[in-house]
Amino acid sequence: MSILLHAPALLIAIPLLAAFASVFLNRIGKKALSAWVVFALLATEAIAVLLLLDVMSGARHVYSLGASVPGIVSSTGFPVRIVLVGDALSAMVVFVAITIALLAGIFSTKFIEEGKEKFYSLFLLLTAGMAGLSLTGDFFTMFVFLEMLSISSAGLIAFFREGTSFEAAFKYMVVSSIGILFLLFGVGLLYGKYGFLNIAAVASMAAMQFSFIDGVALALISAALLLKSGAVPAHLWKPDVYQKAPAPVVAVLLTSGLVGVYLLFRILFMIVPGAGISQAVGSLIAGIGLVSIFVGVTMALKQESLRRLMGYAAVAETGYILLAIGTALSVASFASVFSMNALMGGIFHIINDAIDLGFLFLAIGAVSYVAKTDNLSEIKGLAHKAPGLSVIFLIGLLAISGMPPLNGFASKLMIFESLYFFSPLLSIVALLGSMAMLAIFVKVFASIFLGPAFKGTVRKLPRRMAFVLLCFVLTMILIGFFPGLVVDLLVEPAAAALTSSCSYIGGIL
Amino acid sequence: MNKGMAPRESEGMTPIIKTVALALAVPITVFGLYIIAHGHLTPGGGFPGGAVIATLVALFLIAFGKDIGARALNKKMFSGLETVGLVGFALLAFLGLGSSFFNNFLANSPGLFGMAIPFGPNPGFMWTAGTIPLMNLAIGLEVFAALSLIIILFFTEGEDK
Repeated sequence: MSILLHAPALLIAIPLLAAFASVFLNRIGKKALSAWVVFALLATEAIAVLLLLDVMSGARHVYSLGASVPGIVSSTGFPVRIVLVGDALSAMVVFVAITIALLAGIFSTKFIEEGKEKFYSLFLLLTAGMAGLSLTGDFFTMFVFLEMLSISSAGLIAFFREGTSFEAAFKYMVVSSIGILFLLFGVGLLYGKYGFLNIAAVASMAAMQFSFIDGVALALISAALLLKSGAVPAHLWKPDVYQKAPAPVVAVLLTSGLVGVYLLFRILFMIVPGAGISQAVGSLIAGIGLVSIFVGVTMALKQESLRRLMGYAAVAETGYILLAIGTALSVASFASVFSMNALMGGIFHIINDAIDLGFLFLAIGAVSYVAKTDNLSEIKGLAHKAPGLSVIFLIGLLAISGMPPLNGFASKLMIFESLYFFSPLLSIVALLGSMAMLAIFVKVFASIFLGPAFKGTVRKLPRRMAFVLLCFVLTMILIGFFPGLVVDLLVEPAAAALTSSCSYIGGIL
Repeated sequence: MNKGMAPRESEGMTPIIKTVALALAVPITVFGLYIIAHGHLTPGGGFPGGAVIATLVALFLIAFGKDIGARALNKKMFSGLETVGLVGFALLAFLGLGSSFFNNFLANSPGLFGMAIPFGPNPGFMWTAGTIPLMNLAIGLEVFAALSLIIILFFTEGEDK
């Protein structure tokens, strides 16, 4: 049994098995449970790295579940099995997702003090859902994994069982159920027309015989995925949820939103250019991105609560990705340097967004752990008591607002530069958004860390939490100093995989 | 119990209903097990079968009242059963890894449920379909335990944290 051959299945199966078994481990002891969870996530991470290293050269892993030879999807030309696809893009997304989950998992071994077994079961299910969504090659499994992700997230959001956290979880549940019903309806329309659920099979036919039905189905599926990623018309759940969910959960939830963005573009890039509607669809997505940046930033400016503010900032960050990739989609010819740059900037920003915002939420979790209060408005002048934390927090804030030489700058610069070619206005709005973000975050930093010394007692930050935060900061600085390396190794193959839908379809059918 | 008056809710219902509930336990369980065991031959399978057996828990809780019922039905046991079902399902999928995840390695082999299905119309043979009946069993266990747990928690109104 070669691990690489089974990598796509194992990436989903290991967290799933670990989630189920965590109840047993809890009976042995709390330490055993934590060790088990970290071990399972480490194993998953190792497999994700193996898969990523293998596909970087442009290879593609196709895995059909239950087949006697996993690489063969349809011996009869009729793809019926559940297919998982690991190419440069999906392997990159799954790598980012699992890495964030691993770090958040290690962080929560100290952060979550009660009810660990329930937390970890749901947390690992959420991880498995993300891995499944990034690797899935058919529409129905996509629906199943999305459902799994939503249910486990809703449980995690309400994990602290206090006041409005139920409200946030309920809101999330309702919004994502509506989104998932949209998706199911869209998938049903496609299935009714083509009789296939396999994304590659549907895309190969939809590109040629695109009709009104496909348009409706595409709109429904896109709406569901945009809802999941929290772009503007459906962004309202985001601040509520990010305010109330436990900090490590927010870091993972955020990544799951980015997985939604990935799926959106995977489907759009497969169907839209062939159908000849890429200009309309691409402009629409870019428009949504632009509005998301504007609304996210302006709403963040007037927030009192820090975590709500971060929620709106997350909306704006998603907007950058949508703007960049949507613009690239609208031209649909990837020969020009500018459209390719916009595309790569968007994909690069997926990585950076997950790292930066994930870090910030974990750091906020660390702040509330250190100061022993969830009410962040009570915390002032913490820099006197926790100088190390304040320095790494500052680095994270600079990274998210796109200051050189950190990672946020690298991807944002790619986006600004390439967008300027298409329309200077896009670039200007994006740039203004980024500047406003800096202003907001300076305010955040000042309110928590600066001012007269913090009055209450502070706990020492556990070594494990500090380790996780340092990992993030080091990654930010490394990517910031060597963006070219990341672009060459991860982003460029991913962009190539996204744009070459023909080879994707040919590789699967 | 007060003579001539309806018994209090926590004590459950009349002895007639309690006796009938006990008597019904056998047919309900058998029917549920039948649905689970024939999942690969007839409509049904692990999920409906497990749900059928879980109705027994609801019946007991109503008949015997939540004081006795909730005491007799141990939440920890159901939680354990649920885990056994889930882990069993995942392990069966893992066992297929010789060729691929979820591969039906028992079908058409000399082992359990390994009988090859004869060609043409047939009444349905029990010992066919490989891992599918075993997976049905695992799902049945999990659904039974999980639904029972949900029912018990609803009855006790989430008193337990």
